[in-house]
This record gives sequence, C-alpha cells and structure tokens, in this order.
Amino acid sequence: MTSVRFHASTLRALIAGVAVVMWMLFPTAGAEAQDKPRYGGELVFVVPTEPASYDAHREGTFALVHPLAPVYSTLLRFDPTDRTGTKVVGDLAESWTVAKDGRTYTFKIRRGVKFHDGSDLTSKDVKASYDKIVNPPADVVSFRKGQYTAVEAIEAPDPNTVIFRLKWPAASMITALASPFNWIYKTDTLAKDMHWYETHVMGSGPFVFVEHVKGAYWAGKKNPNYWDKGKPYLDSYRALVVKDGNAQVAAVRAERAHIQFRGFTPAERDSIVQALGPKATVQESPWDCVLLVGMNHEKKPWDDKRARKALTLALDRYQGSQALSKIAVVKSVGGVQVPGTPFATPPEELEKLAGYSRDIAKSRAEARRLLKEAGVPENFSFGLKNRNVPMPYEAVAIWLVDQWRQIGLQARHEFIESTKWEADLRDGNYEVAVDTQCSYAVDPDLDLYKFQSMGVSGNNYGRYVDKVLDDLYQKQSRSLDAEERKKWVRDFERRLVDEEAHYFYTLQWHRIIPHSIKLRGWTVTPSHYLNNQLDTVWLSE
Amino acid sequence: MTRYIIKRLLLMIPTLLSVAVIIFFLMRIVPGDIVELRFAGESAYAQKENLDKERARLGLDKPIWTQFLTWMGGLLRLDFGTSMWTGAPISEEIRLRFALSLQLAIMATIVAILLAIPLGVIAALRQDTWVDYAVRIMSIAGLATPSFWLGIVFILGLLIIFKWLPPMVYTPFWVDPVQNLAQLIWPALAVGYRYSAVATRMTRSAMLEVLREDYIRTARAKGLWEKLILSRHALKNAMLPVLTVIALEFAFLIGGLVVTEQVFNLNGLGLLFVEAIGHRDYTLTQALVMLVAFVFIFVNFLVDLAYAWLDPRIRFR
Repeated sequence: MTSVRFHASTLRALIAGVAVVMWMLFPTAGAEAQDKPRYGGELVFVVPTEPASYDAHREGTFALVHPLAPVYSTLLRFDPTDRTGTKVVGDLAESWTVAKDGRTYTFKIRRGVKFHDGSDLTSKDVKASYDKIVNPPADVVSFRKGQYTAVEAIEAPDPNTVIFRLKWPAASMITALASPFNWIYKTDTLAKDMHWYETHVMGSGPFVFVEHVKGAYWAGKKNPNYWDKGKPYLDSYRALVVKDGNAQVAAVRAERAHIQFRGFTPAERDSIVQALGPKATVQESPWDCVLLVGMNHEKKPWDDKRARKALTLALDRYQGSQALSKIAVVKSVGGVQVPGTPFATPPEELEKLAGYSRDIAKSRAEARRLLKEAGVPENFSFGLKNRNVPMPYEAVAIWLVDQWRQIGLQARHEFIESTKWEADLRDGNYEVAVDTQCSYAVDPDLDLYKFQSMGVSGNNYGRYVDKVLDDLYQKQSRSLDAEERKKWVRDFERRLVDEEAHYFYTLQWHRIIPHSIKLRGWTVTPSHYLNNQLDTVWLSE
Repeated sequence: MTRYIIKRLLLMIPTLLSVAVIIFFLMRIVPGDIVELRFAGESAYAQKENLDKERARLGLDKPIWTQFLTWMGGLLRLDFGTSMWTGAPISEEIRLRFALSLQLAIMATIVAILLAIPLGVIAALRQDTWVDYAVRIMSIAGLATPSFWLGIVFILGLLIIFKWLPPMVYTPFWVDPVQNLAQLIWPALAVGYRYSAVATRMTRSAMLEVLREDYIRTARAKGLWEKLILSRHALKNAMLPVLTVIALEFAFLIGGLVVTEQVFNLNGLGLLFVEAIGHRDYTLTQALVMLVAFVFIFVNFLVDLAYAWLDPRIRFR
C-alpha cells in the first residue's frame, strides 16, 4: 500500500515537473498559439489589495490600475505586445512630433473619442488632466508631479492638438506621458470639482465602469463606442478583491479567476500548474522592482565608503540567484536597469562592478581588506532593518545575513512592521536596511530618481549628499541621444553601486504570472502597472 | 427591574468614553502615519510637499488636543467622520461589512450551541464513560485547533477532492440564500467548532456542579420526572456560565475573525479592522474599536438581563 502511494505521488510530481519544464522551455507557447480573437465572455481576475481613492493622479498603487485602467484612456501608452514594456505607442494621441531642440512636443488627438457620458474628448480634456498632474491647485495632491518639472506649459490650440513646452530637453518625456496613471479626465468635471475623480469613475476607455463593492469586487462592461472599432473583445470584466495569498492561488486553481496580474511565487506557480495542467500557461519576466541595501551614511562605520563597498563585495549574486529564485520572486542579476531593456548594462560590463564579479573568493578577500582598512573589527555586529513582508524580503535578508557572515560581519535581522520600517528609514533610525523600489516603466529617470542627494530625492534613505551623482542624473535625463544617455546612466551606476557604494542592488525581482490558457492577447512586461487596459485581451472559450 | 436596566444603560456611557480616550491616544503612540504609508512605498517621487498637503487635509498637522476634541465632539454627535484612507463615510465602510460579520457570528453561534449544549449535557450525564471521554477529546481538539487552520483544511479539501471553491463574493441571504450559505457555511463550521469546544466544556462542568446540588436531589426524592428535572431545574441553572461564554464569544466574532476572513476571502469587519490599523487610519480604527466595545458592552448587558430571567434571585436584588 505504501509502495502504491509512493508511486502515485512520484507520478504526480513527475507530471508537474514535466509541465514546469515545458513552460520553462516554451514560456509563451500558449500565448503564441493564438488564432483569431474571439468576442465575448467575462474576464475574471484577482486584485490583492484596494486603493485609497479612484483618482490615479494621486495614487501610486497597482491596486487602482488593475481594476480601473480598462475604463480610462491615456495620451500615450506602452505597446501591449512589447515584453520589455518600453515601447511607447499612441492611445489618445494619433501621432506626435518632437521639435529639434527637444523642447516642444506636439500631439494630434484622435477625433471621435467619446467619454462614457457621451461627450466628446478633446485636447482641452488632455490639457486639463495634465494641468492637474503638473500644476495641481493648492489642495490637490499630484503623486507624480516631480516627474514633470521640465514642463513649462501645456497648450491646446485647437480641439485636436496638445502641445507640451519644456524648460529643458527631457529624455524620458515620452515615457512620462505614457504613464498608466495619467488618465484623461473631463475638463468640465474638473472645473466644477477637482476632487470629483477621487470618489467617482468616468473615462473614455474600452470598458465602462459598472460598480465597485469595497472589499469584494470591481465590475466593468464593454464600451460599445470605443474609438478603436472592433475592440474590446471581452463583454465584461470582474476584478475580485482577494487579499490572502493562498486564497488567490485557490481562486486561479479552482478556475474562479483567470489570472492575477501582479505575480505569484515559484511555489504558487507550481501549485497552479500542477492543479490545472494543460489548462494553465505561465508568463515570466524580470520585474522592475528590486530590493536594495541602504546604509545610513550618518552612522558609523557606514559613513566610510570602504565599509559600504565591503557589504556589496560580499554578495555572491550569481549563486544567490540560483538558490533564491527557487523560493522567492527574485532572479536576475542586474544593475540600475532591468536586464534585457534598452539602458541595461550588459552582463560582461556589469561583472566589472563591485559585487558583480564571478570570482567571489577574490571579492570577499577585497571586502575583508576594506573592512580592516576602515577599522571595522572582526565579528562587527549591526542591525539590518527589514519589512515584515515575507515575499521576497525575508528570504533575501536571510541570504544577506549569510553572505555578510562570510566576511566576518554579524547582521541582526530586524523584521518589523511595514509602517514602522518605512518611518524608521525616513527618519534615519537604522544602520543598514533592506529598501525597495518599483517603477511603472523601465526608464532611467524613474529608476534613478531615488538615489539623488537627500533633499533632492524624497526617498533617499541613505542620507547622503552627492552633487556628482545629482549632476549625472541631470545629464542622463537631458540627453536626447540614446547612446550618450546610456553612457551617463553607466557612469551614474558605477558611482552609485561601486565607487561610492551609496546603495546597492541585491537581485532583480522576477514576475511570474501563471494563468488560464483561455486568457489570450495579454503579454507580461517587467512592470505590474502596465498592460491592464484589456482592449487586446480575449477569451478562447 | 426598570431601574436596574436604566442603571446598566447609563453605566455604558463612561465605559465607552474611557475606551474612546484610550484608543485615541494609543493610536497616536504607534509609530508611522497614514501619510507616510500612502506616499512612500512603491513611489519613486515621494515629495515633502505632498506629505504636508495630505497631513493638512487630514487634520494631522493640528495639535493633538485639537484632534482629540474634534474626535470627541463627533463622537458625542454619533458622527464618526470619514475614513482617512478612503475618504468615505465610516458608517458606509462599516455598513458594507457588518451584515456579513453579523451573519457569520450568528451562524457560528448556532453551530456552537447545537454542538455544545447536547454534547455537554450528555458528557455530564455519562460522566467517566466512553461517551464523556469522546466528548472531552472532541472539545479539547476543538480548543487546540485554530479555526483558520480548520478553514484552510476545508478549502483544500473542497478544492482537491471536489475541485470546488466556495463563492468568493458575498451575496446577502435575501438576494440568494443558496449562494449565501454556500459561502458562509464553511467558515461558520470552522469557527463554530472551536467556539463549541469552549461552550461544551463549560456546559459539562456546570451541569456536573448543578446535578450535585441539594435541590436536584430533592426533586428526585419527590419523584419528579427525570427529563423535567434536567431541563427545568438542572439545565436552566447550568446555563448561567454557559450563556456568558457564548455571549462573549459572539461579541468577539463581530470583529475578531481576521485570519478566518482572510482564508475564506470574506469581506468582514475583522479584515477591515486589520487594514485600518495597518494603514494607520486613525478615524476608522477608532470607530471600529468603539463599535466592538459597544457590542461587548451591549451583549454583556443582554446577558445580565438573561441572568435575571434564568435566576429569579437576581431580579429581587
């Protein structure tokens, strides 16, 4: 009897193993085997949390983008078929031109676009929405206002033209205008009440908002007057609010939901694949989120760059990637840009930076030497402040503690509540901390902003001032030539993680999306904020 | 009796006011604030200007005494204000979840009573027999088993064996009773079982104590029918401590089923409570604490009234 049970479980494990290997070899086999889009059906997906308000201009969470992006249009968007999530295409903008000096962007707005209340969407609405984002009134919060400091004026000379005039050339302007948060609101509504969209929903996107029952679900139905004729394919969508991770897995396993767009862990992926077999497919991508190590420059010995550099030199990132990617949502070894994206440092160049060498023995010997030079004693003990979110913070921190032990440092893992962790980092109440960053798109401006000097960046928890780094940021930000910009980004990276070792990267997060094979027309990207308009998505049955 | 009721009702006021003061200041001691949480985290562009603007909007820039007086003023008018996190009226936030939490508490209590009272009585009547041992093992197992763990077992069992999962969205009973029960019966069983374990043990020990009383012996000596002795004389008296346990557990269920709600994806007050604390949503947390405090106090008041009905001696004091 025992023998039979053993064989059955072995067989199940074998089948699951084969299934996992199959999608590893052919990760998009399901997605690529797409025939003609089919109309109809309701897409059901899971959203793990809820936003505070409905106004994307004042929110920064995916919990708002996932359920409501289908209701809204943006000026530009990221190409829903681009796996790097960096190619920008028009949404409301039919076309655009950029002046030679890079300071004037002129957008032609599509004709015939209507809001869901039946009114026409014109350039006035685009201007009013961007005015709210770029120059909000005193009592209005604009979450990403800081991204648009280059904007001098926004003009709408005629109903189909919007012009952005800049104070200086901005390399990431097009990316910034494709932000999935920059929903276009109706100018008349904003004129009456700037806060209306915090509590109401009305857009011009492929789906019309039906209802949101707090803590339960969001619902939307097809917009029959959507400007892109023939789309969307779905009749409706429903976003179930499921906060518990196990319940999210159960929802996909039991086919109560087709997908959860944020991401699952490797174990959760395997559980879904094992349960659904050929009824599931998996899409994976490096994730534009990263766990960083921040060192408080106001506390000894972290005011000494030799001590800081020793911490990054101790990390065997390649071994860490192999071990941690089996249990946590981290995988790629990367620098300041997501591997495989336009501004990412090639692996052979990355290996020249401190902590990225393949020769870990040599790196650790160098780390010990630097610690000795900096006067850090053997078995020096310090606190590593971490957020009490298990995935992937806990696993990565345990790995860090072990890596540092190998150069004679004893880190005390302080696993504390998120809000306290955030407050402690902001107040400088820590020695070394696990910090984090996610961006809505892979772009140096978005990804490097944090690391500018304290006072320039609101999120620089390292508490340092580095004018050289700030200058490099500005140079890359204003370089319209991609090759030149790459050079500045590399210089910034070298100074940040190697020469000054102000902050350093652990491993890139890894986005794992197992979903129902019925779901088609959706492509994973490095950002969990993108590809949620659902206009290209369809259900095969 | 009327005087007693009025006295008890008036006593609720200072108790609730004390709770209000304690929770207000406790929340301010907890590190971190709602604005930090909203504008940091995943953001790459957290600006001090935004933080200050939001603090001013929420009134967090005002002196703590001003905040306290505003909160107390609202409380006296029974106006809990709006949630700092969502901006929605707190009454709406609670109303959305209260029906589910109340129904689940009632269902779990019914499950607990249906299990606990017969089993407790039988165990007492068959003391030290295999029946008693079986009931005791069952109740100890219930005490040792967290209801959320039992919930996970139910979910996995349903998922693996029947390839079925309870509905994930709450449907009110009057809209679709089948859907409603299909969702809530499982958590009610999981919670009710643990709840019944406490009540079973209490029923058993109370019954054992009462069955040894002189008046039971007297009733038997007078030749009264055994069933009548048990129901009218023994059980009625044994119910006093059992009622207290059941009532306190019921009050706890209104806002305390955090993990069970998570496991079954129930949109109840427990989860709202945890989220409010996690978000440092002072106004919502304070309102929820007041609600739970009121439920506890009110349920205790009802228990005291029931005591008076069950034990005539209490009425005469």
